[in-house]
Amino acid sequence: MIPRPPKRTIPGAPIFDSEAARRGYLLNKMCYSFNSKANRDDFLRDERSYCEKFGLDQSQTTAILERDVLSLIRVGGGVYFLGKLASGVLGLDMQDIGALQTGMTKEEFKAKLVASGK
Amino acid sequence: MAKVVGIMTTSHVPLIGKAIHLGLQQDPYWKPFFDGFPPIREWLEKVKPDVVLACYNDHGLNFFLDKQPTFAIGTAATYTSEDEGWGIPTMPEFPGAEDLSWHVRDSLVRDDFDMVTCQEMSVDHAFTIPMALLWPDQKWPVKVVPVCVNTVIFPLPSARRCYKLGEAIGRAIANFPEDTKILVIGTGGLSHQLEGERAGFINKEFDLQFMDSMVTDPQWATQFSDLDLVEQTGNEGVELLNWLVARGTIPGPVRVVHSNLHIPISNTAAATMLLEPV
Repeated sequence: MIPRPPKRTIPGAPIFDSEAARRGYLLNKMCYSFNSKANRDDFLRDERSYCEKFGLDQSQTTAILERDVLSLIRVGGGVYFLGKLASGVLGLDMQDIGALQTGMTKEEFKAKLVASGK
Repeated sequence: MAKVVGIMTTSHVPLIGKAIHLGLQQDPYWKPFFDGFPPIREWLEKVKPDVVLACYNDHGLNFFLDKQPTFAIGTAATYTSEDEGWGIPTMPEFPGAEDLSWHVRDSLVRDDFDMVTCQEMSVDHAFTIPMALLWPDQKWPVKVVPVCVNTVIFPLPSARRCYKLGEAIGRAIANFPEDTKILVIGTGGLSHQLEGERAGFINKEFDLQFMDSMVTDPQWATQFSDLDLVEQTGNEGVELLNWLVARGTIPGPVRVVHSNLHIPISNTAAATMLLEPV
């Protein structure tokens, strides 16, 4: 990769840009495969070998096995694709995912959302 | 001649699809959101549009990162709703407004918009949920034209460019020779953020200002870059780009038929507007 000028960052808001798309292509491709129930079932039968089949590297595989959402984003996961894993495969909702990333309990996270509307 | 008879904009949170499937419209959590729709359905009964042209973003159903267009348009005879891995029940297929689709597609390309043309296309929750909110029996009384905007990979098309796309769609519609009443819809938003340490971010003040601008100053939001929009509305709040495409299709002033903002549905400031040309 050629060196690039420093990027604008927004604290707490990771951007799915060309760098992330390059880094995360195989991870996102695996998540895209979860549009099919047969693939979701295959993943759940043996998560590690499913990751291997898609060529995920060690840090991506570990983040998957540990349900480490912030790490999944750091290793190139796009949220629309990770959502298929979270929602369709693991049965988590977006407040579960929010709580996992912010260190809040799910109830605290939901209360924060409600407070935003006041 | 064809005419845009209205613009309907709404959030498209996947969970709405599950709530519809489970019949939770009167549930206390859901009621404030679903109550936004009966006035819109009364308007639909009165106006009876022939076609819905829907501006939305695909989340990895029809498009993946192997081929990710910035702008795409469907020209198919039918569009299918499919398993998209989010656990949302699928819906009956949608009949395509083929003649209008091809006309708009040709016109946009001549107007310097490099559309990807899709003669086969499946449509995800960003398209199907708003349709089910308008016609809960899912017996679609309209034909459809899907217009898809990239909100997956940054840089996104700029807000200014999205508004101009809407203007170009409006010009194409005005030149379509058949008498056709078209409801343009724009889906997604408003403020929400699913990922990162700032997950759960909602900006009610910005949302209210943006909704007001749809009527009083439709190009207000075109001053913002994609990253400005992330900062103001959250990573997925950028879906308001679809609202801007939709708003661009009516060149003149509009009046509000109905407007609703409810926070939160899932992680989202759930907003709905119905606008009519004046």
